[in-house]
Amino acid sequence: MEKKIRVLIAKPGLDGHDRGAKVVARALRDAGMEVIYTGLRQTPEMVAEAALQEDVGVVGLSILSGAHLALVPRVVEELQKRGMGDVPLFIGGIVPPDDIPLLKQMGVRGVFGPGTNTQIVVDFIRQVTEE
Amino acid sequence: MDWVQAAVDGDRRALARLLSFVEDGIPEGREALARLFPKAGRAHIVGVTGSPGAGKSTLVGKLAREFRSRGVMLAIVAVDPTSSYSGGALLGDRLRMQDLVPDEGIFIRSMASRGHPGGIAHATRDVVTVLDAVGFPLVLVETVGAGQAQVEVASVAHTVVLVEAPGMGDEVQALKAGLMEIADIIVVNKADRPEARQTVRVLQSVRRDVPPGCRYGEGVPEAGWEFPILQTTALENEGIPALADTMTAHRRYLQESGQWDFLLQRHARADVEAWLSRYLVELMEQHIALGLEEAIGTVLRREKDPASVARELLEHLITLK
Repeated sequence: MEKKIRVLIAKPGLDGHDRGAKVVARALRDAGMEVIYTGLRQTPEMVAEAALQEDVGVVGLSILSGAHLALVPRVVEELQKRGMGDVPLFIGGIVPPDDIPLLKQMGVRGVFGPGTNTQIVVDFIRQVTEE
Repeated sequence: MDWVQAAVDGDRRALARLLSFVEDGIPEGREALARLFPKAGRAHIVGVTGSPGAGKSTLVGKLAREFRSRGVMLAIVAVDPTSSYSGGALLGDRLRMQDLVPDEGIFIRSMASRGHPGGIAHATRDVVTVLDAVGFPLVLVETVGAGQAQVEVASVAHTVVLVEAPGMGDEVQALKAGLMEIADIIVVNKADRPEARQTVRVLQSVRRDVPPGCRYGEGVPEAGWEFPILQTTALENEGIPALADTMTAHRRYLQESGQWDFLLQRHARADVEAWLSRYLVELMEQHIALGLEEAIGTVLRREKDPASVARELLEHLITLK
């Protein structure tokens, strides 16, 4: 059987707006991927634990609250604690351009702002999971 | 790395990897199953089924919390449908289980049905075997939102919980073959809705018409299990402790009545048949793929009928040994 790409789409933090996350989840489904969608208000620990249990190849975080610089290191830490530090991480949401290099230093592989063509996200995931 | 040994020793990352191997049907997965199968057979496997939107995931999440509060370790396998167009899937069952605090005593795994029609995935029975073998004493299997014919969970679970939402239809719907026949426990969820009482009444009126022996072994006394109809409001956690008690009571009933052994026989048969059909399909794909297109052409031109063509292909397959 063909190996499926499994992706976790999670929303850490407190903002309650998940339309973007759902649009991305749906686009990935339509691209033939298995998307585990965890919903709102996940703690970094919950995100990492879900990534572990579901054995995903990629983790996507949707963050619109501006708390990305605080949340991302904690998610990375929780993933590393579980031996999942090598799983590619990407972010969707509102991120000021100046923060992107910081996020990449923290280990984030892709940052996608509002209005990104979902095909770009699909291609990104195919690329990082093939490595 | 020996994933099997690591998973047995409690390494959750290893367990998750192993479940993927099994789900993908790769050789590492089949080898792991062969090693783990003798260790399985101890868990109580509970299927939770019902139509889409009846509240299965929320109910399973609350049940899990209830069993954790009783100190019971458990695993959840939640199946959602694969798109027949894209082959992708949106697995959203975890979304309804959010108030479960992550702890070592619980493991949740989402599965896509990957084209398997019975309400679970082909590999669900094997995923359950792995979770059983590594020591989870309770495994909850949540099916896809099931219609009338998706009854395969009964060949995996010891106890089947059927979740109905109020306003499900009249007696004739309930009398049709299908989910009602495999249910050991019926739950009317969203019981705070006004139509809930009517739904309970309909279910009570047809319960006694469910043919005896359809679920349990012939010649084994069925008396003692009343096919209870419970009411829950999962979002408010109402009725959840009673449901957990009833599940445990059903396990006890199965063991004391001898039905447990009958179910094990039936499960063993279903397991072998599932793999047999899987291997037959693989064999077919490998050996007659070329002949298949040509054969379909003869049907399309109405030179031969489909049954004759299938028979010829099969005979060809057998001569290949």
